Amino acid sequence: MNLLDDIIVIDFSQFLSGPSAALRLADMGARVIKIEKPGTGDICRQLYVSDVMIEGESTIFHAINRNKESYAADLKNADDLEKVKQLLAKADVMMHNFRPGVMERIGLDYETVKQINPSIIYAEVTGYGNEGPWKDLPGQDLLLQAASGVTWLNNNNDEDPTPMGVAVVDIMAGTHIAQGILATLYKRAVSGEGALVQVSMFESILDFQFEVLTCYYNDGNQLPVRSAINSAHAYVAAPYGIYKTKEGYIALAMGNILLLAELLGCEKMKQFNDSNDWFSKRDEIKKVLAEHLVTNTAAHWLAILEKADIWCAPVLNYNQLVQQEGYKVLNMEIVVKTSNGLSVTTTRCPIHVDGKILKSEKGAPLLGEHNEKIEKEFGLIKELQVSEKII
Amino acid sequence: MIELPLKGLVVLEFCQYLSGPSAGLRLADLGARVIKIERPQGGDAGRKLAIKDMWVDESSLLFHTINRNKESFTANLKDEEDVAIIKKLITKADVLMHNFRPGIMQKNGLDYSTVQQLNPRIIYAEISGYGKEGPWKNKPGQDLLLQSITGIAHTTGSGTNGPVPFGIAIADILCGAQLVQGILAALIRRQKKSIGALIEISLMESLLDFQFELLTTYYTNDKQPERSHISNGHPLLSAPYGIYATADGFIALAMMDIHILAKAIHCKELEIFSKEEAFARRDEIKTILTVHIITEKTKYWLSLLQQEGLWAMEVFDWEKMMNHEAYKSLKMEQTFTIDGNEISTTRCPIRINGERLYADKRAPKLGEHNDKIVREVLDKV
Repeated sequence: MNLLDDIIVIDFSQFLSGPSAALRLADMGARVIKIEKPGTGDICRQLYVSDVMIEGESTIFHAINRNKESYAADLKNADDLEKVKQLLAKADVMMHNFRPGVMERIGLDYETVKQINPSIIYAEVTGYGNEGPWKDLPGQDLLLQAASGVTWLNNNNDEDPTPMGVAVVDIMAGTHIAQGILATLYKRAVSGEGALVQVSMFESILDFQFEVLTCYYNDGNQLPVRSAINSAHAYVAAPYGIYKTKEGYIALAMGNILLLAELLGCEKMKQFNDSNDWFSKRDEIKKVLAEHLVTNTAAHWLAILEKADIWCAPVLNYNQLVQQEGYKVLNMEIVVKTSNGLSVTTTRCPIHVDGKILKSEKGAPLLGEHNEKIEKEFGLIKELQVSEKII
Repeated sequence: MIELPLKGLVVLEFCQYLSGPSAGLRLADLGARVIKIERPQGGDAGRKLAIKDMWVDESSLLFHTINRNKESFTANLKDEEDVAIIKKLITKADVLMHNFRPGIMQKNGLDYSTVQQLNPRIIYAEISGYGKEGPWKNKPGQDLLLQSITGIAHTTGSGTNGPVPFGIAIADILCGAQLVQGILAALIRRQKKSIGALIEISLMESLLDFQFELLTTYYTNDKQPERSHISNGHPLLSAPYGIYATADGFIALAMMDIHILAKAIHCKELEIFSKEEAFARRDEIKTILTVHIITEKTKYWLSLLQQEGLWAMEVFDWEKMMNHEAYKSLKMEQTFTIDGNEISTTRCPIRINGERLYADKRAPKLGEHNDKIVREVLDKV
């Protein structure tokens, strides 16, 4: 049996932060119903990336919203809103990622929903929280990366601030809201109490930087300095970084410079014989190392280093990665099917439960695909309409 | 102060460094009692791992950042007496987590089936580097190496750079966070069905999951995503998505209609591009933007862009950010005291019933809670 069997999640959220959290809940067994605007739905349906689409919809929409149902409702229409409220009365979790004030205007703020369903877990993701001068700014991943200082941690020091090329803020915020939902669901299972759970993308990306921010808070506020070359972490000593070789790149994590010099046959690196210098002189050390590593291939160096249990790895792109036995053995790919017969290959939930991987074949829903089913099942159809149908 | 949701739960953390311990920290901040089980000699290897050579006591500031709000119990897992106490502790615990390489817990006699016999209701949670089978299972599960293997380093930086990794330990942090999700979901099931669970995750699966948008697109079109040659913000996204230098700083531009942008910032050269070309010709568009945006200051551009409702933001460093009211209003910092010194760190990012979750308990000294825990265990027997 699944971990979250019988849990019903009503998800009003769009794009990635909220929907990625709902996907995780769905994969662990919850039933997730997306509430979408008739006509357009989750804006992500139209967010095409890389000029690639699946049946006119974006590839990423299908990745984020598989294993869910869709209920189309116009929240500005009184009848639709009433039905949604009836649905919320039977739900365990409600989540949204509207900007502050929107749910109040619609009439689905926590105070109102709590009246309908006192034991509900009400979860919201905002960009910058519900207070402060940025609260109404758009909660968009790149903009949050820009606001939070994280762009000054990537790439070499003479490069412009460099954002992370994956939507890390959305994903961390989604991960955190899922944690909050699960923790309060646990408490509800013990005590019966509902809860309000809130996460902002801003707080999530600050938490993501907790190690280096703590360093900054306590080192007299010295801004991070990225290493001049082969930078991989502003706060870590040589050799930590990615290095070009004659063929391919290799990554070297924390390691003993003298041992490396010996193994790699890099005489010039032996001059750095005081480990206290490995941070302060990291640019010099990396320069010597980079010049040495470029003289032979990644495969050559890795063969030497792996044998000595040095922390090293090849740097792969997707084409190379998917060929690896170490990738294939994970069985990370799944094929999901939509109701109109479309197959989409995507990744599965990363969590294993009781020795089993979590797989679901259910593809992303068409907009409003489950309206009829949900209305019947939850009794959302008014008596009058039912009798009309019978006649 | 609200009653924390995980109050009353006991978590045994057999973990080192960051992935497992960051999960332990989150559970602690949500109310669980987290006990680190450490080797008598040296304990968690993370105690001796410092960044920027910053130390608080005999342990690094980094260790104190990750392990606040926990207790420490030292045990030699090869010593029978110690193991007997650990086993008693296991019978009282709700969660056991570890991040040893595959096989180590079997050798210690604390694998899932043994632990399950001691306590059938326990949630047994483990993190590995690359899963428990396959040719990489014994490789070191280190963050940069995982980023390199899983393709992350090809998402960041521009096309003219070599591979650029994230400057934060994304694999460790995300994997720890996902382990927490699995543990909590298993605790929910246990509350209803009274059964324990085995929760497993690897750093590699976490990072593949992290790239699910990129990978799904890759599986669909079979094309390695390429970074734009300048101002790459995300390999899958059209111009202008990225960061641009202004006359006095940097500005980030997210998704937006290229024609509305051209009008808003008075950039006539952009008008020749159609919306449909914003991905295929992104390097050309970004080059034009680079030349244009450097001519004026950040504030000038922001006011033009925000007037049109376009998604733009100044690029902050921590100094500027921390002086901004938007940061201050979060009240993200908290302090703890150790040996008379006050240390500032961040709090848990989750708010419950409108309250921020603060915890001022510092990280434990090695074995600090041995006596207390032994007494508790023996008392209850």
